[in-house]
Order: sequence, then structure tokens, then C-alpha cells
Amino acid sequence: MSTTTNAPAEAPSSTAARFNLGAFAKKYLIVLILIGLVILLTILTDGAFIKTQNLINVIRQVSAIGIIAAGMVFVIITLGIDLSVGSIVAMSAVVGASLAQTADAAVIKFPGLDVPVIVAVLAGLAVGAGAGFVNGFLITKFKIAPFIATLGMMTAGRGAAYIFSNGRPISTLKDGYNWIGQGSLLGVPVPILLFAIVVLIASVMLNRTRFGRYTYAIGGNEQAARVSGINIDRVKLGIYVFIGTLAGLAGLVLSARIGSGNPTLGTGLELDVIAATVIGGTSFAGGIGTIWGSVVGALIIGSINNGLDLLNVSPFWQQVVKGLIIVVAIIIDERKNR
Amino acid sequence: MADEFILRMANITKTFPGVVALDDVKLDVRAGTVHALMGENGAGKSTLMKVLIGMYQKDSGTVTLEGREVEVHDTKGGLNLGISMIHQELSPVPEMTVAENIYLGREPLNRFKLVDKALMRRMAQELFDEWNIPLNPGMQMKALTVASMQLVEIAKAISYDAKVIIMDEPTSAITEREVDLLFAMIRRLRDRGTAIIYISHKMDEIFQIADEVTIFRDGQWVLTQSTAEMTQQSLITAMVGRELTQMFPKEHAEIGEVLLEVKNLNRGRLVKDVSFTLRRGEILGLAGLVGAGRTEVLETIFGVHRAESGEILVDGKPVQIKQPKDAINAGMALLTEDRRATGIMGVLSVRDNMLAAALRRYSPGGFVDAKRLEEAAEEQRKALAIKTPSLDQLIKNLSGGNQQKVLVSRWLLTLPDILMIDEPTRGIDVGAKSEIHRLISTMAKEGKAILMVSSEMPEILGMSDRVLVMHEGEVTGEVPRAEATQDKIMQLATGTEAAA
Repeated sequence: MSTTTNAPAEAPSSTAARFNLGAFAKKYLIVLILIGLVILLTILTDGAFIKTQNLINVIRQVSAIGIIAAGMVFVIITLGIDLSVGSIVAMSAVVGASLAQTADAAVIKFPGLDVPVIVAVLAGLAVGAGAGFVNGFLITKFKIAPFIATLGMMTAGRGAAYIFSNGRPISTLKDGYNWIGQGSLLGVPVPILLFAIVVLIASVMLNRTRFGRYTYAIGGNEQAARVSGINIDRVKLGIYVFIGTLAGLAGLVLSARIGSGNPTLGTGLELDVIAATVIGGTSFAGGIGTIWGSVVGALIIGSINNGLDLLNVSPFWQQVVKGLIIVVAIIIDERKNR
Repeated sequence: MADEFILRMANITKTFPGVVALDDVKLDVRAGTVHALMGENGAGKSTLMKVLIGMYQKDSGTVTLEGREVEVHDTKGGLNLGISMIHQELSPVPEMTVAENIYLGREPLNRFKLVDKALMRRMAQELFDEWNIPLNPGMQMKALTVASMQLVEIAKAISYDAKVIIMDEPTSAITEREVDLLFAMIRRLRDRGTAIIYISHKMDEIFQIADEVTIFRDGQWVLTQSTAEMTQQSLITAMVGRELTQMFPKEHAEIGEVLLEVKNLNRGRLVKDVSFTLRRGEILGLAGLVGAGRTEVLETIFGVHRAESGEILVDGKPVQIKQPKDAINAGMALLTEDRRATGIMGVLSVRDNMLAAALRRYSPGGFVDAKRLEEAAEEQRKALAIKTPSLDQLIKNLSGGNQQKVLVSRWLLTLPDILMIDEPTRGIDVGAKSEIHRLISTMAKEGKAILMVSSEMPEILGMSDRVLVMHEGEVTGEVPRAEATQDKIMQLATGTEAAA
């Protein structure tokens, strides 16, 4: 019967060393997979993959995914999901871009309006935070399943982005805005810098703050967390606002990268974000997940995309490969938790 | 002579890690009789029945059905042999109709191999007509009352044409009218030669319906006798009549002023007008049978469920408790009954589990003070002698007793004044049990007030300064330690004696 209790923890000392090695391999398996992938792609591309410029490209390409994945870790740890991040990216992108257009743009959203770039940035973040708040509110107050609540936001949000932009990209943006996606600071591309900062903040939040520990507690056993006096609703609401804000940031990065607020931005992005999170070891059974894992997950996805590009593999096949890797990662994850 | 027994279970032993649930027990049931199976909570009745229907696998022993030895490997095998069970906890599929629930897994098919709903409904209707069940088989299950669902469950058991039907507390959720209906059904089944194994705590029912009774105690067989030869008193004595074999390390504690006062607390049918006081240094035992409402009283006080009415005073001051957080702030702690459902966070470390409730104290400004937290956790581990390779170990890998100690630490770290503990030693081994008892005693000595729910009579008698007894949501009596006896508590718990 599955109801029997687990064996006591005391393992015979003779197997302790082997167990630890196994635990180490288990814990860092995903890093080993990334290293293996890098070696494989380097060989297959005759060294083109490992070139510094290419590696920087890989990281820059996944920075948006990685930024949002840091938030998705919190969401999935608490047994939630956020399908709306791609649409939030689009909303943030069109709003941010609309406030950063230069006066000589062919089509101007707000003619005569000239605000500092920082206002555009804050507006983009606020759009993300607001959408996240709505998600969190629906989930905690109306007890709607996260899948459904964020599915609604995904659909409505995309529509809102089209309405706001009249279905057209909002282009000709100020240099200061474009810098977020194209510039660099001390030789480091800004998107990579933002990615690093987000990862750092999210790590501290998850590991070093009460909020983060409560996140784990809720995922570990929501009922027990409630009895322990944890305000479940408040923590969950905070988590959805957090990921919404990160999606808003990613929207700014992506629109600045192409110099245009396009309402189609971020289409399907949620799936890459979820994939990166799950490949990184965050468990759909709740209570388990790390930020660094999601970074590795994002890098794996980026490496596959980039490597297969270098190898001239058709985009269709790229999707097939990515799909296989996601499923394999889940299988490994399931076995690990047994 | 032996042939008159339709079912014989002999030398049945079943162990779970750390617990011998059934120790060489027997059960002989005659065809065409109602056989009551009785015993305190945890005596092994349900375990034996689960072995019989194939939900558990016995370690040793034999099961003989109609003179033939049988092995039941799973519940399907049990049903095929003609053994069906009405479980205490119903598991209906709410979105399906009554008929669909009855024929779940054995739906009649038409010639296209599709479910023949019309036929299924006719079959259910015939079944209901035959047994005078006043229900419509086309109704959705979720539209029924709990009592009606119970009737459906009974009809389902009958529909298998079972030779042996087990009924586990079948009247716990139904009203008197339905009890009469049920008893009429049982008598008809009996007269047709079906054997009924009837599990109940209700004395009057046993004498009303049962022909014979078998009593278990602590996983052992005590006696099998005709009910005609027994009285309520002899039955109770046989159920609880054991020596207090375990030593309870109850220390003398100074009993101080009233710390918690509960006035006219109400919630649903399991918390009815409950009032009591609890003093510093006192251990107040809350006794009663499963389903008497003890857990619900604790959960309502603690804000897990909202009270419908009533007042709670701590230190003489009324407190508003809307959620567990409010209770914790008022100095309360609740060690819950179901360790897995509401206690441990399985995939989290021992450290995280310990700090779940008291984290606020170790995270000034929202940032976790890792060093202080580590010290606190380490201190608890030493103080409670928690056996774990490290604080990083996942709690699910610990034994039940050590898990329980981690949960005790979780609450001790909140520095509570009032500890409510629900079945503190359920499912843990004897060694850890006495350690937990010692802990409870020490806490009382330190001036904390303790409210302890337990279904284990020796625990209640050994630990409590005073015992509050509940029956069907109401407090039926209060017994001081000096006057507390097993018989007395059992009588109050079964509602066979009015409040003293």
C-alpha cells in the first residue's frame, strides 16, 4: 500500500558516502546536462558555439525568458502557474514604447507628449505589476485556479495590447529607451545585466526573506502553512505581482531590443519560461525549486535554440527537440522525487 | 459444525512500521447473523476489515470463506468473492447520478459496447423498490444529503449480492428514520443468509441489531460472545479493561489562574455550545469517540474554521480569532491531528518545518536571520532529541515520532502559553511516545496550559488533570483526575450516561 510510512532516515554508514555522491549528482544533474550540451554543440559547430560573442548572444537571447523564469519559480513552487506572462510582455512593450516615441515618428500614439524615458520604464513595470495584481486577486479572493485566471489574462491582455497599439508596432523610439535592449554598461549588454540583477534579487528573496520561506512553506503543504499562521493569500498575491512586474521588465527589454513596441511580442513566451523553470528542477508537485536552476534551464533552452540555428536545423525541428528535452527533464524530475 | 461459519479469519497479524496493528487475531462470523465488531479507536477493527476486503495485505494468518481458504489481493478480488464494505467515509462521485454511482466500474453495456444508461437506471430503480429506498436513481449524487448518500452506499453494497457485508459506522451520519430503514434492510439481508459485520460505537444499536459481538483491544482479540449474554457494562469493561501498562511521566505542576476561557462556542453539528476553562499548568484531556467533535473544537478555537458564535477569552480578555495567525498572536499553538495533511511540509527540510510558525521572530524587517535561526533549530533538535542526520534532511525521510517532535518544536518556537494538541502520539512508536508525554508534562510544569485530545484512554487518564468528554458535538461531562476511570469516560463518550 502507498499509505505505509517512509523508512527512517538513518542509513547504514557503509552506504553513506555513495548516497552523498548520488545526492550531489542529483542536485547538479542539470548543470552537468548544460555542460554536456555546450560540449556537444561546440563539437558539432566546429567551435563556433563556444566563441565569446556567441555565448554572449545566447545569454542575451534568453535574458527575457530568464528574467520571467525567476518569478515563475515562485509561482510554481506554490503549485500555481502563470500563462499570462507573454501577454503582459506585449502590454508592457506597447505602453512603454508609446511613452518613448520620438517627435519624428510617422505614427505617434500620444502626439505632443514628451516624458523622460524613466517614466516610460516605470509605466511598463506598472502595467506588469497591475496585471499581476489582477491575476493574484482572482486567484486569492475568488479562488479561481491559477491556470484559468492567467489564461483569462493571457487572452484579454493580448487583446488589450492590440487595442492600445491599433494592431501596429509602436516605432521610432528614443535612444535612451532602446539602450535597455541594445546598449551595454562596462562592456556588458544591458539585458544581461538586468537578467543578472533580477536573478540576484530573486535569489535573495527566495532564500533570505520571510516571503521566500513562506513561498516554500505554502508549496510544501498549504494547509499546514495556514495552520502555522501564514497569510497564504497575501504571499500568493505578492508572488503574482512579482512575476507580473518581471514580465513587464522583459517587455521593455524585448521592445527596446527591436526598437519597437510590437503587440505580438512575447507570443508563446510563457511556454519557454515554464520550460526553463521546470528544466531547472522546479517541481510541479510544489515546494521545490531554485532560482539558479531556472537560470540553467533558460541557458539550456538558449543553447538549443542558438546551437540548432548555427547548425541550420529548421525551426520546425528545433521545436521538436525542445519539446523532447522538456519531457525528458520532467521524467528526470519525477524519478528524482521518488 | 464449522460449516455454519461463513467467514473465518484466523491468526491474522498485520504490522505497520513501528506498530503492530493486529496481533494474531481471529474473527468467526456465522451465515445469517449480524456480528458486531467493537473496540476502542485504534483497536484494530478497521485494519482487520481492510485486510478482509483486500485493501491491506496481511502479514500472516488465514481467511476462510464458506469453508474454502482464500487470498484477497485487492478490493476487486474481495468483491468477486462476495465481500463488500460500506465505508465510514463516503467516496461518491458527486457529478454522476445515483445509478451511475451504484454501478461504477461494472456498468451494463448495450450491443454497441456503450454504457446502457436506461438499463442501468432501471436496475437501480428495481433495487430501490425491492429495498424500499425512497430515492430517485436519476438524481445527481451531489444533490443528496449525507444521509441519502449513505443509503446509496448501502444499496451499492447490497447490489453486489455479497455474502458478507461490512458496515463501518453506517449510522454516523444518518437520522433516526433512516436508521430504522437501515435496520429493516439489515434484518432482511440477515434472513436471506447474508452475514453482516457491524462496526459501531453506539451501544444501543449493538444490542438492537447484533446477534454476536467480537471485541478487540490494542490489536488483540479479547472475546466473542452472544449479545444476549452481555450487558452494556460488561461490554464496556471488555473494551477498555486493560491495565495501565505504560508509565506516564506526569509531573506535579502548579495549577494557576484561568488562562483560556471558551464560552458557548458553536460551529455546525460537531461543536455545540461548548464551554470550558483551562488554567495555567493544567493538562485538560478532551476525550470522546472519533467524530465526537473534539478536533473541530480545537480547530474552531484556533481559527482554522470560523466559529458561528461564542466567545474566547485569553487571560480574561476577549480575543477575536478569524484565522490561525490571530490565535498564534494570542499565544496559542495547535499541534494538528493529521500529521501528513496539516502538519509536515514533506519536501521541505527539518529546519524549514521547525521555523514555519515562528519565522516572524527570526526575520526582522522581513529578512531571515540565518544565524539565529540555525541556533534556534539546533537548540530544538538537541532539547527534543530529534534523530535526523542534519537539519537539511527532508522531513518526509524522518520516522513518525521524529516528525512529530519537529512539529512540537515548530510550536515551541512560537513561545505559546496555550498548547492545543490533537492526538499527540498517534502512529508513533512507544519510545517516542513517552518522550512526547514527558515533553507535555514539562510544558505544563513551566506554567503553560494544555488542551489535549486523545483517543487513547491510558493517555487521557495518565496525563490529564481533568477530563472533558464529548459526544456528538456536545460536552457530556467533566471528570476530575481523581474520579476519572475508563468506564466513566466511556459511558459519557457513548452517551449512555447523562452528564454527572
